[in-house]
Amino acid sequence: MLKGALRSRWTTLAVLALVMAIVPLIAPSAFYLRVAALVWIFALAALGLTILMGYAGQVSLGHAGFLGVGAYGVAIGPAHLGLSPLLSLFLAAALSGVIAYLVGRPILRLKGYYLAIATLGFGLILALIFQSESAVTGGPDGMAVARLTVFGWRIAGAVQWYWVSAGVLLVGAWIALNVADSPSGRALRALHDSEVAAAGAGVDVAAKKLAAFVVAAVYAAIAGGLLACMNGLITPDAASFMHSVEFVAMVIIGGLGSVLGAVVGAAFLIVLPQALTSLQEYEQAVLGLLIMVFMIVLPAGIVPSLRNWLTERLP
Amino acid sequence: MAEFLQLLFSGLTVGAVYALVALGFTLIYNASDVINFAQGDFVMIGGMATVFLAAAGLSLPLAAFIAILAAVAVGLLLHRLAIEPARGASPVALIMITIGASIFIKGVAQIVFDKQFHSLPAFTGSDPIALGGATILPQSLWVIGGAIVLFAALYLFLERTLLGKAVLATAANRLAARLVGINVKVILALAFGVSAAIGAIAGVLVTPITLTRYDIGTLFALKGFAAAMVGGMGHPLGAVVGGVLIGLMEALGAGYISSTYKDGVAFLAILLVLFFMPRGLFGGGSVERV
Amino acid sequence: MSLLSVSDLGISFGGVVAVDGIGFSVSPGEVFSIIGPNGAGKTTLFNLVTGIYRPQRGDVRLDGQSMIGQSPHLLVRRGMARTFQNLQIFFRMTTIENVMVGRHLTERSSFLADLLGLPGVARQNRLTREAAFALLERVGLAAYADVNAGSLPYGALKRLEIARALAAEPKVLLLDEPAAGCNAIETEAIDALIVEIARSGTAVVLIEHDMKLVMRISDRILVLAQGRRLAEGTPRAVRDDPAVIAAYLGDHGSREAGRARG
Repeated sequence: MLKGALRSRWTTLAVLALVMAIVPLIAPSAFYLRVAALVWIFALAALGLTILMGYAGQVSLGHAGFLGVGAYGVAIGPAHLGLSPLLSLFLAAALSGVIAYLVGRPILRLKGYYLAIATLGFGLILALIFQSESAVTGGPDGMAVARLTVFGWRIAGAVQWYWVSAGVLLVGAWIALNVADSPSGRALRALHDSEVAAAGAGVDVAAKKLAAFVVAAVYAAIAGGLLACMNGLITPDAASFMHSVEFVAMVIIGGLGSVLGAVVGAAFLIVLPQALTSLQEYEQAVLGLLIMVFMIVLPAGIVPSLRNWLTERLP
Repeated sequence: MAEFLQLLFSGLTVGAVYALVALGFTLIYNASDVINFAQGDFVMIGGMATVFLAAAGLSLPLAAFIAILAAVAVGLLLHRLAIEPARGASPVALIMITIGASIFIKGVAQIVFDKQFHSLPAFTGSDPIALGGATILPQSLWVIGGAIVLFAALYLFLERTLLGKAVLATAANRLAARLVGINVKVILALAFGVSAAIGAIAGVLVTPITLTRYDIGTLFALKGFAAAMVGGMGHPLGAVVGGVLIGLMEALGAGYISSTYKDGVAFLAILLVLFFMPRGLFGGGSVERV
Repeated sequence: MSLLSVSDLGISFGGVVAVDGIGFSVSPGEVFSIIGPNGAGKTTLFNLVTGIYRPQRGDVRLDGQSMIGQSPHLLVRRGMARTFQNLQIFFRMTTIENVMVGRHLTERSSFLADLLGLPGVARQNRLTREAAFALLERVGLAAYADVNAGSLPYGALKRLEIARALAAEPKVLLLDEPAAGCNAIETEAIDALIVEIARSGTAVVLIEHDMKLVMRISDRILVLAQGRRLAEGTPRAVRDDPAVIAAYLGDHGSREAGRARG
């Protein structure tokens, strides 16, 4: 029975909610809440990748590009189009989905490393656009972002952002867990293992892949929008290749296909540099080393490995 | 016309470097099916190590030689510590490993060296040579000439020596190569070592023109990869042609269309090739067996 | 009235003619076997019929309607399901989940509903799981339901693929070497399963090398050699056909076939 609980979606949500409730109680200062808020936001973006890479098995090395679409969307909307930040967030998320839909159709016909490189190229083009269209995006120095207001309530300060990002992540996790235990989820996991057999069972493989790609893009865009609003600033390297690599590293280190894994991976890769602030110049070397070590030694990731270890030891 | 010729020269110069990076990619890909993202970092090591060794008092040729050796050492370590243990992992996992390696190398480079741009003195002076109404730097001739020498050397090695043929055999079918007594592990190590050397030499040649920094590797890797894809992944001649094409398109695009999106040419080329011509210019076809 | 009707199918790969003018028809409840030496074009023929390759000439008709040019995932909607020579099991899913995927076409749920976890999804999951469980019982794998498919023995995986194919409630079931690599006991289980499936009204087309199996359960046999039809008919007729004996069975094989039939 405990084994079943270990796999149930309600357990995952409960654990997540519990952690979210505990952190403010043990955080020594607002700074830590801010870091935690960053973790929730990046976990949301990573969660999109969990659906795309973990369930459907489609690699994307350009995920940060969609984060950029969301981030610049909430920046440009109020600044250049006079829209409210909240509306801009929704529009940016929708735009991200549309871009993913249009680009996804041709890109997802590719497999394996061809797909990885194509998404990489696409992400780079997006980042280049953000960097180059200075009149609209502020160029390499980025642009300021108006604060987010929801029905008159202006979200500001570490505490408020902590709860907002935690809440959005919880919803995102709930959606991802819903998908996993559903006909669509089974279809995605099936095409991950064998596209030919999935098609043979009646799964419209191309359509399902595209759906996963669009969902992942929307997740990333919402995360990007929240990030931009929280920081009050957005720069082009939010959409950089390094960021895309970090997202992939998050889901792989945390555990591909695991919702908790996305959160653990995000926490891992965000908290670590903070812990290493004294050794800031070692940050890249450590990141690179972590990626290599995990891919070689623990390719399943932290959460699934932990779960397997636990289930083996339980009655 | 003069402007076109000018752009042509700069395109050929940078294209030669892309071709060398692409060649390195191809060599490793052929021997091991691995897309080595750290390929560009060999270029960086070649340039940066030469700069720092020369600053420490060594003569330029000696510094360059040791720098190339250092790159080879890194290449061999990469194979031994990161690729070998992960044999059997999925292609995507392997890409991630090489990406991790690239990030690691950059991270170490910024500690061992620094984060500044550096240059090397041009080998035979920096007075531009007039040619057909345009000018070309002597160093550009070194780059293009060096690249041609390397292509020729690699070609002769692969086609005319026994060891080279062993590399080709391993590329064609690893199991069969093993069965005829070829030590595949040694061949793979060789592939990594030679690729690193090629990249490092390119780095030494081009630093007087483009400068070097701890993080230039990524962009070279991406463009070199684009070149390899355009030419057809795994085809040495394709890598060369692809590199030159990308270099030319970049220079001409920057000159005639927009210089801000110069880097985008290579990225766009990747997408276009993958969508319309995934086998590249020289690639063959294959049928998936169900 | 034949259920599946294949006529004059042909395809070449780069100058090599793999299938050359093959035609046959199958009726409901019939077990139709396709045999022939390796390289005769059997799996290619299967792939042509199931839409994985597009034929360069010829037609495939199910219930009178042409199936040429349909993408594979739509063919199963028309009533054709298949298994694969190289197992295409979903190894990261449990046994029952594998069969549940086979129920995909019967499931009523939109992607949006799945995202939001609407009540209909839970109900659909339950229905699908029940149907999948019944199929596992039919093929004798009910005990493995929640076990990871990757840990099943080879013979069980063969039966799992059949269960998954049956989940789509096909009119025609195409089995590509269902007993390949199976020992005598596993083969017998598959044997009985195929007969039971045919008896329930589904047409079964199978590729096999195991002569005993083929002779025992087939209603009709098609013999291929080098992409062309060598012979077609009842097991007895095929067994005694001199061309078949010469090309494929050999005298020894013919005696074996005779013994199987008793």
